[in-house]
Amino acid sequence: MSTTEAATETAPGLRVVQDATCTFCGCVCDDMELTVEGDRITKAKNACVLGKAWFFNHHVEERPEALIDGQPAGYDQAMERAAEILLSARFPLTYGLSDTTTEAQRVALAITDWIGGIVDTTTSVCHGPSGIAFQGVGEVTCSLGEVKNRADYLIFWGGNPAESHPRHFTKYSLMPKGEFVPNGRKDRTAVLIDVRKTKSAKAADHFLQVKPRRDFELAWALRALARGVELDPSIEETTGIPLETLEEIMDGMKKAKFGVILFGMGLTMTRGKHLNSEAVLALARDMNEHTRWSAKPMRGHGNVTGADNVVSWSTGYPFGVHLGSGFPRFNPGEFTASDVLARGEADAALIIASDPMSNFSQPARDHLEGIPSVVLDPKLSDTARTASVAFTTSTYGINTGGTVYRMDDVPIPLRPAFDSPYKSDLEILRGIESRIRQRQLAGSLPGPAVSGA
Amino acid sequence: MAEPFILIPGRTSQQGTTLNEGKYTEGYRVEISTLQVAPEDMQRLELEDGDLVRVYNDVGEFTVPCITARGDELPPGMLFISYGDNSSRLMGGDTQGCGMPDSKGLDVFLETAKASE
Repeated sequence: MSTTEAATETAPGLRVVQDATCTFCGCVCDDMELTVEGDRITKAKNACVLGKAWFFNHHVEERPEALIDGQPAGYDQAMERAAEILLSARFPLTYGLSDTTTEAQRVALAITDWIGGIVDTTTSVCHGPSGIAFQGVGEVTCSLGEVKNRADYLIFWGGNPAESHPRHFTKYSLMPKGEFVPNGRKDRTAVLIDVRKTKSAKAADHFLQVKPRRDFELAWALRALARGVELDPSIEETTGIPLETLEEIMDGMKKAKFGVILFGMGLTMTRGKHLNSEAVLALARDMNEHTRWSAKPMRGHGNVTGADNVVSWSTGYPFGVHLGSGFPRFNPGEFTASDVLARGEADAALIIASDPMSNFSQPARDHLEGIPSVVLDPKLSDTARTASVAFTTSTYGINTGGTVYRMDDVPIPLRPAFDSPYKSDLEILRGIESRIRQRQLAGSLPGPAVSGA
Repeated sequence: MAEPFILIPGRTSQQGTTLNEGKYTEGYRVEISTLQVAPEDMQRLELEDGDLVRVYNDVGEFTVPCITARGDELPPGMLFISYGDNSSRLMGGDTQGCGMPDSKGLDVFLETAKASE
């Protein structure tokens, strides 16, 4: 891999950034070739439709460095106010973090520790239930490189990669030629399981249209078949899939050399949630009685996997962690953002690169609107509009470097395309952290019960 | 008269691209404010593309234009809308102790909003 930036003789202001990384979705494709003219990206070779939209629409906007109660302010003033808000809170919430660098995530977590708050990430409303399921049954896992080079049987379950992760099929899973699948698509069998016959169905060899909210039953039916248990034909009435079809699929799964289930939020957001994920993870585990199988969640945001990693390596838990007792406590439902907001418990919020005001439940939104909040976002959002302090930030991967984690937990470096006049999340969070520590050490405001980062 | 449906909010390419253009752009607002209805249900309810429908449950509601879903993408009885502000209005605060509100496969009612608009 190499990075070169070169002006051409015919276009001296034009720069080309090779091997840049797209951070729009969890695929984190790191083979972008970006053409940069001034403060705009004008070409994004190898990018998918979503990647192109990401690169072409994150140019520098003329906005104040920050807003305090809706009024323009400088960074220093805003960082002072942010520190005041967070230090004054008794039950502060840090949330978001899936669209920023791992380096910034670490500082956000340290701030939460200093102020004795809760840290939660967008994972809790994404694959949080899968995180719970990992703890229940484990995760038979693999990298996307293994999928590319080995997988000859793929099951996409509860997701629509053709629209949500457009290059997954072509770069990682379905189409590429790999070491043990030299003919690419011809060497692979693909199954799509979903309640809708989406655009992804065209790419699959078999489409199983499961009845809504019956993924759990379907996964357990396949688990039964994997173990040789006879099933009643009434399983069709339950799941929408004829028994003969399930038997055919299981036969193919057992004959595979390297199978992978890639599952989406059709499982985690639907009734059953972590039990759905658990059933699919257990199915993959069970299949290892016969041949090699793995299961991987399809992650959405560019560094949501990094957020899981940072929170896990720092606290021992992946999301929904309370740090106010001086030691980490993990309890989804109690310490997850949607819950502490909907129940009216959090009394201040630090929100990084996320927009809960437009995608949380109404009770959660109503409460968030009424408490002081500090928001970091490169774009204006409903959450930024209602914030007590809203920072304008540079965009990770486009303006700032750092590290992000691909959906298979592989860390990938960023190669920014052009500078931004705005500070990065990392710089702003460091500024807030230093102000919090100065005040705590000076004893001007109360700190956590037991502090320590 | 209102009829029961199952609502599936989800991601689309159009939602992803317009999201990058900005949440206050016309393209994004249109994408997250258009309800897809199965052709059979459109015919049965005598709906035409662009008709306003009201979708509600015990948590909230939204009123948006509907369009006929492509081909056989949606089975009868199921609705689809791009994930966003409208779909989130039907999400309750209860996560059943797991942190995730019910966000897909929502029981909803649909009724035409033509008369009231």
